[in-house]
Amino acid sequence: MAGEAEAGGINAHPMDQFVVKPLFEDALGPLTVTNSTLWMAIGVAIAVGLFVLPMRGAQLVPTRMQSVAELLYGFIRKMTTDVLGEEGLKFFPYIFTLFVFILISNIAGLIPASFTVTSHIAVTGVMALMVFFTVTLIGFMRHGAHFVSLFWVDSAPAALRPILFLIELISYFVRPLSHSVRLAGNMMAGHAVLKVFAAFVPAMGVAGLIPIAAMTGIFALELLVAVVQAYIFTILTCVYLNDALHMH
Amino acid sequence: MEGDIGNMGQYIGAGLATIGLGGAGIGVGHVAGNYLAGALRNPAAAAEQQATLFIGIAFAEALGIFSFLVALLLLFAV
Repeated sequence: MAGEAEAGGINAHPMDQFVVKPLFEDALGPLTVTNSTLWMAIGVAIAVGLFVLPMRGAQLVPTRMQSVAELLYGFIRKMTTDVLGEEGLKFFPYIFTLFVFILISNIAGLIPASFTVTSHIAVTGVMALMVFFTVTLIGFMRHGAHFVSLFWVDSAPAALRPILFLIELISYFVRPLSHSVRLAGNMMAGHAVLKVFAAFVPAMGVAGLIPIAAMTGIFALELLVAVVQAYIFTILTCVYLNDALHMH
Repeated sequence: MEGDIGNMGQYIGAGLATIGLGGAGIGVGHVAGNYLAGALRNPAAAAEQQATLFIGIAFAEALGIFSFLVALLLLFAV
């Protein structure tokens, strides 16, 4: 899509890159293969290629690919134990899967002409709702009805407790919304900015080198944002799980 | 509403809604600035608090993101 923008001049709308469209004329049975599903599949394929294949012949002294996989694994494992403690390692596969999928989708979305899966609230919303229901279920399984006292702040003055109860309740149920919109919004906004700057290039002629230089800088920033947002999504998952496991 | 006037209200409203993102900018700047101030005074403790820094940034940012959401809703869902 980015390539089309440069060829098509300023007529391409910056939000065009987020349109989900079917790749084939006919649906394959009940499935419609869209650019979104294609890039999700590519993300999964990259994850398998990065983690499963190099670890197949794992050695004590890692090969280059193996050390990349081990680095990411160790990083998220440390984060999980830091926030959740040793017993949180039960949830490590889930947390690591979320991190890897979001990280790879974010970075693959930066390839020109690709599609950013995580820029859609439909995708991030499902992941955030999964986290929300997991956390709520685990909370009730662990603590039973006592889990509701998560919203009842005992340390506050008695008069304030009902008000705090309401605030805590709202902030609990707004979690999946902020969790998903944060990721989707960051991705969408960053990519739209790149596209807007791309539209300046043909419009400015020779001076178009200036927006190209600016885009190079913004692209580096977007790479940082892609990694940081994947990290934030996973660490917030850990924080929410910590609420369910240990209350407060 | 008649097409043009209705659209104008939508666009102006969406533009006004993005003002809220300035608040997110102030909040994130506060978190990061205070982290840096603390980290420069006690660099030894800085690395441990990095996770807290990102959680703080994420929470500060969330409320700004809601105003972005309002802008999107005004543009596409009204």
